[in-house]
Amino acid sequence: MELLEIKELSKNYLTKKQVICAIKNINLLIKENQFIALVGPSGCGKSTILSIIGGLEKKSSGQINFMKKNLKVGYMFQEDALFPWLNVLDNCMLGLKIQNKETKENKKYVKTLLKKYGLSSFEKSYPKELSGGMRQRVALIRTLATKPDILLLDEPFSALDYQTRITVSDDVFKIIKQEKKTALMVSHDINEAISMADKVIVLSNRPSIIKNVYEIKMENKSTPSENRKNKKFNEYYNLIWKDLDHYES
Amino acid sequence: MKAKEEHKKYLKNIKWQNIKVITSQILIFIVFMVSWQILSDKGVINTFLCSSPKKVLETIISLYKSNDLLIHVWVTLKEILISFGLGSIIGIIFAAILWWSPFLSKVLDPYLTILNSLPKVSLGPIIIIWAGANQNSIILMALLISTISTIISVYVGFKHTNKTSIKLLKSFNANKFQIFIKAVLPYNINTIISSLKINLSMTFVGVIMGELLVSKQGLGYLINYGSQVFNTNLVIAGVVLLGILTSILYFLILFIENKLKKEW
Ligand SMILES: Nc1ncnc2c1ncn2[C@@H]1O[C@H](COP(=O)(O)OP(=O)(O)OP(=O)(O)O)[C@@H](O)[C@H]1O
Ligand SMILES: [Mg+2]
Repeated sequence: MELLEIKELSKNYLTKKQVICAIKNINLLIKENQFIALVGPSGCGKSTILSIIGGLEKKSSGQINFMKKNLKVGYMFQEDALFPWLNVLDNCMLGLKIQNKETKENKKYVKTLLKKYGLSSFEKSYPKELSGGMRQRVALIRTLATKPDILLLDEPFSALDYQTRITVSDDVFKIIKQEKKTALMVSHDINEAISMADKVIVLSNRPSIIKNVYEIKMENKSTPSENRKNKKFNEYYNLIWKDLDHYES
Repeated sequence: MKAKEEHKKYLKNIKWQNIKVITSQILIFIVFMVSWQILSDKGVINTFLCSSPKKVLETIISLYKSNDLLIHVWVTLKEILISFGLGSIIGIIFAAILWWSPFLSKVLDPYLTILNSLPKVSLGPIIIIWAGANQNSIILMALLISTISTIISVYVGFKHTNKTSIKLLKSFNANKFQIFIKAVLPYNINTIISSLKINLSMTFVGVIMGELLVSKQGLGYLINYGSQVFNTNLVIAGVVLLGILTSILYFLILFIENKLKKEW
């Protein structure tokens, strides 16, 4: 089932000195349970696309059609943005509190998530006591708490070191799949995009248009870290790398 | 085992350093007091102009015996607490309003800058004309001196609240009030406390300034009166009492700061 349709989406940022045309005529269709990755050169407008879908920025023209009534989006940023003065549980309850949905049921759901993903003994801990990977898992659970239909992930792992990044992307991938969520992820890292996504969308330099779309089809597709060892992995890598390289030079 | 011993040695060393610092501090105080006393006893310095520790102490005791001490200290303390409380509340509320309305903050920016750099003491005579020669003008004076700088420093803190946190709350559809309560205010607890510390010393300046100008009671009055009748003992006793009062309030704020900061 389709969840979200983006048609001819364009965005201009207006500043005193100039008009920055960030994205131009972007078309995108997101189906339920799909994992889509957006890659493209720095500053090409990847975050802009997510911000518009998430309602944080206004579009200049085009359409965003939610195919489901009251479709809810959940955001996850590069910085985990956990509030240092709140403990893990309260951080996870933040979105629910703001939306006045702090019911017993929802609290139970959050606690189940924390338990399921190995954080229940840290409920009362403060963010500074957690490792980078744990913090990112807490941030994901905070986003999941409000039961969004689509997750928007803006370079969620780029603040982590390489080793942690791979294990955390496995964790996050597992959580997203188990909770049956749809995800749109922005990434700088081609490896990460191929290993996690069903579909990789390559954007061009600014004003960015869709340069190419790759359906990632691998035999025995499994966790992101396993997918990295797949035969087809390098094939996709080379194709996408060429797309990006061409535009960056 | 070896590491443990090394640690023990390290801790011992720190303790020893601390003892040395505190002993030196006390020693300086004692040496200063004793030499002041000896020099006045020997007539090297003029006790009429410079007083002496003994005389200052005697003055304080006689003030206490005549029931004046507590009255003067209380009057000054009351003025300070009222001005400090009012100044802090007004400052924080005003900073919140400026954060709320970027338009207003742009409009008021030059006025705040001018008011902040203006030597507020120059407004003293006008304040006395407006508010009368009473406690009101003392409090007004103190407010004028402390509030503007509180507004500015707290507002700057508010403005620099972590952008991602605000974006996160917006993604949960938070309204502006929720953003202020959930992110802006808690993020700036430390900024607020440090501006309160500055606010406190500014309030002292304002209150004493005001007391020197108009009051009939209070430590500022005591100092002023002492200088008019050429009673140096009284002047220095007033200054000493003021110093003690400042330290007490300052340590109180440090205590509160530690309590609040502990959380994270
Ligand atoms: N608020 C803004 N005002 C003006 N220009 C902006 C604004 N936000 C983004 N831009 C510009 O729009 C372009 C796209 O920005 P965006 O953040 O979407 O890029 P990105 O692909 O996410 O980059 P990165 O990979 O570095 O995160 C950039 O050139 C940026 O300078
Ligand atoms: Mg970005």
